[in-house]
Amino acid sequence: MARIDQLDPELGASLREKYAIVGVGETEYVRGSGVTTRAMATRAVRNAMADAGLAPGEVDGMMSYSAMDSTLSTFVSADLGIRLNFYMDVLGGGSSTEAMVGIAMGVIEAGMCETVVIFRSMNGHSQTRVGGTGARAVAPVVGEFLHQRSYGWQSPGQLFAPSFMRHMYDYGTRPEQVAMVKVAHSHHASNNPKALYNNRVTVDDVLGSRMICKPLHLLDCCVETDNATAIIVTSAARAKDCRQIPALIRGVVGRVSKPRADLHYEAGPISTVAGHYAAPRLWRNAGVGPDDIDVTGSYDAFTFTTMLQLEDYGFCKKGEGGDYVSDGTTFLGGRRPNNTSGGHLCEGYTHGVAMVVENVRQLRHEADDSCPIGPDGKRQHTYDHSEGGCRQVKDVEVSANLGWATPGTGSAMVMRRGA
Amino acid sequence: MTETIVADYLGMTLQVDALDNENLAYFKHCARHEFHLQKCDDCGLIRYPVGTACAWCGSGNFTWTPVEGKGEVHSYTEVVHAIQPAFKPHVPYLLLVVDLDTQKGAPTEHEALRVLGNLATPDGILAPPEMVARVGIGSRVRMVFTDIADGLAMPQWTIDEEAEQPGQVWRYPDD
Repeated sequence: MARIDQLDPELGASLREKYAIVGVGETEYVRGSGVTTRAMATRAVRNAMADAGLAPGEVDGMMSYSAMDSTLSTFVSADLGIRLNFYMDVLGGGSSTEAMVGIAMGVIEAGMCETVVIFRSMNGHSQTRVGGTGARAVAPVVGEFLHQRSYGWQSPGQLFAPSFMRHMYDYGTRPEQVAMVKVAHSHHASNNPKALYNNRVTVDDVLGSRMICKPLHLLDCCVETDNATAIIVTSAARAKDCRQIPALIRGVVGRVSKPRADLHYEAGPISTVAGHYAAPRLWRNAGVGPDDIDVTGSYDAFTFTTMLQLEDYGFCKKGEGGDYVSDGTTFLGGRRPNNTSGGHLCEGYTHGVAMVVENVRQLRHEADDSCPIGPDGKRQHTYDHSEGGCRQVKDVEVSANLGWATPGTGSAMVMRRGA
Repeated sequence: MTETIVADYLGMTLQVDALDNENLAYFKHCARHEFHLQKCDDCGLIRYPVGTACAWCGSGNFTWTPVEGKGEVHSYTEVVHAIQPAFKPHVPYLLLVVDLDTQKGAPTEHEALRVLGNLATPDGILAPPEMVARVGIGSRVRMVFTDIADGLAMPQWTIDEEAEQPGQVWRYPDD
């Protein structure tokens, strides 16, 4: 039997551009939604269906993920008059989005259903705090967690920080370099009317904000918001009947893990993340490489997560992530902008769906910024990326999404603009 | 039959279930201030944290084995903003990822038994700020224990005053 880590270059191509994302939708990014996760999910899915031009009878698959803090497909489908041929609600956080797109392709390919909507609905500020404060901070500590939470090691920032610190030690990465991730995303958010935080910040703002756990200042951390997000996957053949230019899926990898998923720190180097293992399979499946990518969506739970993934997926050499995120490349107007919506650091926290939503809109050339809408109903992009202006990347054709669960687990997806 | 252990530590409820045989055995050793880990009877590798089978060969056969509680800080974070309420009076506290000297670099170069813990005093109490300021990547540390209940103590790390410390440890650049 061939070794699992020896990829057959011929495999992975069979589903390339055979499936597409045809609809995206979300609720407002707010603190205090005032409604249930069921109500938000229903709105987001309805918005995605309207975006795609799909009626209830034209969606027959549904998937969602949660940290036991959300509603279920059974309720959301009922609220929308959808009879399902397939549904599944799973545990998970960041890195679920791209993995679920792959699963959706698989179940459609298997003939189990035709069109799948994927949603994540969370009152991440008003109910179950993403940062771990509130009810989660005082829950009993049992089983595996006796070796972690008992030490005051619980929030995502605390859990990931040893990887970030070791990267600084191994490669000389400097705080002012990594802070540029937040600076870039804040610039992008200033051109995104939906963003919770749309003020531009500086490196000094980031480094001057209060320390949470080293090396993470407050502004190195994502925001906590209430929101639901949804995307719709169907075949490229069916996509032709939908309203929008499809975002064709070229390749996907899901929840690729480092060795020792129980405690990834056991297997070093700990400054290397799951993207190192995911990258060869992603690029093999997609039939492109990092140089072919016009825009990235690298998960920004923290500034460091964005940098580590861009590095381990090969957008720069290992150890040079600090330079890559601080030399202008990842800004709108740069060679390869990252998280053009402002991402989780600025727009709102969605556990990854919103970065796919944004890249789908970028590929349609319809980023929802403040540019004027022309007589044809299309936005007339100016490509002036100054504050409050355009956030559309000019002539974007191919995008990459790099999803993050932990340093030890990640997912990714490459999409191309369809016709 | 062993009963479930329920105890309070820093405002948290710690619970070792009666069915959780591996954790019961691990913490029972800790309660005696002994550090034992599971050693695979088939491939001979020691594993951390507690598991039900070997992390390398999958064998379910193992023997609890005494392991020296000495090592070097591989990475760390210094928590300034505590999430759990009872940790707030103790900030800043350190979370250490420590390479044990035992089995370091095996079975492959970048692997090690990396044992988590807080920086603590020799008595197992969270370290005061002046001690926190001395420790970083490269620090030599030794294991101590925090007593919590019958059959339950937590391994912790303190500065190994008898070991030769590096000339300078690596700490976050603002320190």
